[in-house]
Amino acid sequence: MNTLLKSLLIASSLALFAGCSSSGGTAGDGSADGAAGASTYGAGRGSAFGGGAGGTGAGGAAGPAGGYVGGPGASEAQRVVYFDFDSSDIRADSRPVIEAHAQYLVQNPGAAVVLEGHTDERGSREYNIALGERRSTAVRRVMETLGVKSQQMRNVSYGKERPAVAGHDEAAYSQNRRVEIAY
Amino acid sequence: MKAIVRVAQLLLLCLLSVAGPARAELTIQITKGVEGALPIAIVPFGGNAGAPDDIAAIVTADLKRSGRFAPLAPSQFIDRPTEFGQINFGNWRSLQVNHVAVGSVRAGGNGYTVQFQLADVFQGGQVMAYSFDVRANELRRLAHHIADLIYEKLTGEKGAFATRIAYITAAPGGRSYALVVADSDGYNPQTVLRSAQPIMSPAWSPDGTRLAYVTFENRTSQIVVQDVYSGARQTISASPGINGAPTWAPDGRRLAFTLSKDGNPEIYAYDLGGGTLTRLTTSSAIDTEAAWSPDGSSIVFTSDRGGSPQLYRTPASGGSAERISFAGDYNARPAFSPDGKSVALMSRSGGRFAIAVLNLATRQQKTLTEGGMDESPSFAPNGSMIIYATQRGGRGVLAAVSVDGRVQQTLLSQEGDVREPAWAPYTR
Repeated sequence: MNTLLKSLLIASSLALFAGCSSSGGTAGDGSADGAAGASTYGAGRGSAFGGGAGGTGAGGAAGPAGGYVGGPGASEAQRVVYFDFDSSDIRADSRPVIEAHAQYLVQNPGAAVVLEGHTDERGSREYNIALGERRSTAVRRVMETLGVKSQQMRNVSYGKERPAVAGHDEAAYSQNRRVEIAY
Repeated sequence: MKAIVRVAQLLLLCLLSVAGPARAELTIQITKGVEGALPIAIVPFGGNAGAPDDIAAIVTADLKRSGRFAPLAPSQFIDRPTEFGQINFGNWRSLQVNHVAVGSVRAGGNGYTVQFQLADVFQGGQVMAYSFDVRANELRRLAHHIADLIYEKLTGEKGAFATRIAYITAAPGGRSYALVVADSDGYNPQTVLRSAQPIMSPAWSPDGTRLAYVTFENRTSQIVVQDVYSGARQTISASPGINGAPTWAPDGRRLAFTLSKDGNPEIYAYDLGGGTLTRLTTSSAIDTEAAWSPDGSSIVFTSDRGGSPQLYRTPASGGSAERISFAGDYNARPAFSPDGKSVALMSRSGGRFAIAVLNLATRQQKTLTEGGMDESPSFAPNGSMIIYATQRGGRGVLAAVSVDGRVQQTLLSQEGDVREPAWAPYTR
């Protein structure tokens, strides 16, 4: 029964996201993640980011200046925070992304995110898990200072296990050192 | 009598029942040989034509890749005896081999009777003689066992051919991950776990019956222990944050692993019987990748408390940690040698990651591989070789190097990435 309810909630939230995003694939990934973490609010949050607005920029929660969009309607590019080599410092160019999601989460206290930390492929696997967590914790701290409640966030580090981009050069590495904000 | 006991051991080793077949076997390519290897001839076994596996060929390949033997190519053989009485020692002396192994395979009963004898060419005497009764699906493992017998007799060290390895495969694009158990030569791969999410850090229990590993099946990390024979799984840890890097205590009753539930990655010991958790490290830095010493007394781990990742050692009961690695700016992922006297690790020099061995008594660190993206070293249970992961053509592959660095080989796979090899201990 519980499983059935959960499936229905996942299905309904998937349907909602499909209506709110131009890139169905990535929205689907994000929503499945969110549903697994906190399925109980799945059916209720659709209205929070507008009915049927098309994809990035136009729809979603009202974002901060500069066109950044927070919440599950954000495009893939606006759900990723990138990092410099061997660093978990939040770069200035990443602040608007975090602020947009923080604003959404403050406005939607029932919503929750998973902060997925990732690294490039250099170094040992478990040490990279720790580095990835450092990055997701850094994003979490900024979110907290912006008023997001601790229970709205969950950290997970994939280290170098799930690179965004295949390849063994700095171009790939810079895309892989990241935190993905997943709903 | 001794042979009968050995057959019983073989039967136990062959009971890998629940596992499914894996798609791709690994093929071994020796990339760097060694001079001074012992010349030997393994003559094709009589009656082997009807058997599913070529015993002499398997024994030859095992001995060759150990780097300790230089098996003569069968094309050079003058004659092909199949039992000790048929050996013309003059022929083998002229081929300058020190030893010759002969044998036969006879179908009968539920399987095969395999006989083999090892002869000393220059003394003209018999060194060893064995007879085994095995089922058809045990012939390959029996061949590894015969290679172990020859290896031990002629080198004085126990062989490690009839052992297994575990490793992780990742399909292209990270679409699926698998935990695979295979023979030490890469044959007979069995998938024991498949997941759409990453699988990491397999670690064998000291008796070789269970694997601890990390999964992300629920999109959160968990440490799981799985019985390799029955497939039964038990979640050991699913704390918020990191659950990683499991290592077994030599008694098999405790695990050490990394948790970040208290704010940052620390190493904890966990009692599998009582479920009690004891914190072993205390620092505001990263502490992870514990390796439990074979005598049970200490834990070596990776920490960046000094700024860069380095190896530290702490008593297994917890307490102050002492830095033990000093060469280079990145030393991580320790793995104990079976005798506990050294650890293998990955070490960065000039931007390249190589496999090195650190002698714990002298603190001398020796680099064994040319380096690049070498990682995840694991000792063979006899301490003779280290298997590790590296990259070839942008793909993850396994490779092995002798502890003196003189023999190197690559285990090639057909597709995807292969990583994180863990060489199983001897099965008791």
